[in-house]
Amino acid sequence: MRRHRLQRSSEVSAARTGNGTLAVERAFGVAVEGEAVVSEEGFSPRYDLDRWSGLITKPGHKLEGVSIKDKICFFPTAKGGIAAGWAFNDIRSKGIAPRAFIFGIANPVMIQGAIFAGITITEGWSRDPRGLIHTGDWVRVDPQRMTISIVRRIRLGEGE
Amino acid sequence: MELTAEERDILAGKRGEAPKRALEYQMELGKFCGARRFVPVTNVHMMGDIEVMGDAGLRYLKDEVALGARCVVGVTTNARCIDFAHCARMGQDAAEVAKERELIGCLRQMGVITTDTCINYQTVYQPHLGEHVAWGDTGTVIYANSVFGARSNFESGPAALAAALTGRTLEYGFHLDEHRRGTFTVRLDAPLTDLADWGAVGKIVGESHQDYYAVPVFHGYAGTPTADELKHLGAALASYGSMGMFHFVGVTPEAPSVEAALGGRKPTETLTISAADLARVYASYSLGDGDARLVVFSGPQQSLLEMRRLAELFDGRHVHEGSSCFATTNGAILAQARKLGYADVLERAGVTLLEGVCFYILQNLTPMRIANGWCNMVSNSAKIVNIIGAHRFNTILRRTTQCADIACSGALK
Repeated sequence: MRRHRLQRSSEVSAARTGNGTLAVERAFGVAVEGEAVVSEEGFSPRYDLDRWSGLITKPGHKLEGVSIKDKICFFPTAKGGIAAGWAFNDIRSKGIAPRAFIFGIANPVMIQGAIFAGITITEGWSRDPRGLIHTGDWVRVDPQRMTISIVRRIRLGEGE
Repeated sequence: MELTAEERDILAGKRGEAPKRALEYQMELGKFCGARRFVPVTNVHMMGDIEVMGDAGLRYLKDEVALGARCVVGVTTNARCIDFAHCARMGQDAAEVAKERELIGCLRQMGVITTDTCINYQTVYQPHLGEHVAWGDTGTVIYANSVFGARSNFESGPAALAAALTGRTLEYGFHLDEHRRGTFTVRLDAPLTDLADWGAVGKIVGESHQDYYAVPVFHGYAGTPTADELKHLGAALASYGSMGMFHFVGVTPEAPSVEAALGGRKPTETLTISAADLARVYASYSLGDGDARLVVFSGPQQSLLEMRRLAELFDGRHVHEGSSCFATTNGAILAQARKLGYADVLERAGVTLLEGVCFYILQNLTPMRIANGWCNMVSNSAKIVNIIGAHRFNTILRRTTQCADIACSGALK
């Protein structure tokens, strides 16, 4: 595939935050804290998740084998798919839902599903969280203030 | 948000508790999406089955029925997870089968037409240019926006149901002109001879542009794509890229030219897809342990023309001993396929025809895979090859003729 990029795609608005804090563009839900899971790959509950255990099971997914239960899940993109609308409510009812979904680029289904299920969700970030937040860090998501902040960092040798 | 008098009445509960609850949910979504108002919709297509809804979803539907919920526009259902004629043989859970029946009963009490199809646009309802609808299943949405020039966002189950009860949806995304313009161009410089090739194009473009609002403009194709070819292209774009719309110059109604499709803007990128790109897609699949015992024609369901093609390919042959081959379609097409003799040819060949389902949605699919010892799944659908991963299949995209050969020979190439 020959690919010529003629101009940069749109960028999220500039950060309005200090060190250790990420700004988000849109948010829903209550403020929550939890352990971060930071993915380099997008997410769909149908494509990637075992909706009976809460484990990412798609072979080769960057988070294969990782549980999303009670986590603050950072995903750069949404995959697919219409399933999240009902599936988020289902996994919440089964007690295996994350505490929050943090998307760089979501799609409407992720928003519809999270709001229906009452799961905190945000979209758009002031900078790539992978440079700031690491899997295992304890973070706080505050939809009212549109911020995500690090409460404490994972210590070396701890966690994933 | 700007509300009409009718919407204020709904919010005040004058139309009942169910539409009030639905509109409140829609308004919460509207806050997130930045929608300023609602638009009336003429048609809703919703996903609703026990595999994805679970017990919590079924409880929700029962609550809705108890509240007297009633659809105010035509509402159809997407493919579901159980074909009641085959569920016992396929090892699906009896308790879940019973819940699925209960769930269907709830939908019907609300006035939902349970068509159980993900190809409503080929068999049930074809919206016109500019018509606002609220459809779920991403393949239906991208087809509506692109091929018909209708207007819909991805409307997942609860959102589609809310639109069904209020008769409206939020005005944002693909309901607005600004999001319908092409954002990048794709020159098709490859012969596309099979449905799998069209899906492979969707994979190449979608995988590299995972953005709901990325709208590719295809051009340079010498022939006239068929409805099934556009179906597989759109389904793959929506699956790999989560895209909601594409243009195809000279084919889709909002793309008389590249310039018109781009709406006067410059493309962010220009891509060219060659035969070598397609070859790389087919070469990219691991054959795993060489298991060739599962071949699936599904996701989206088969059209009548696809059923005829399969009947031609399987006529006089038989699925290899120990292998399984499935084709899924909806009830209307299966009835026609029976009348025309296609179904008989396929069933004599050992192909299992499933009605009203898509293979990847099937209840109990992971235990089914384990019980049958399936490792690989071969299909001519780029979408299903992408979507079924959570069930831990190793998936392989092959052209339709190759799929039939693999099913009948038990040999994977």
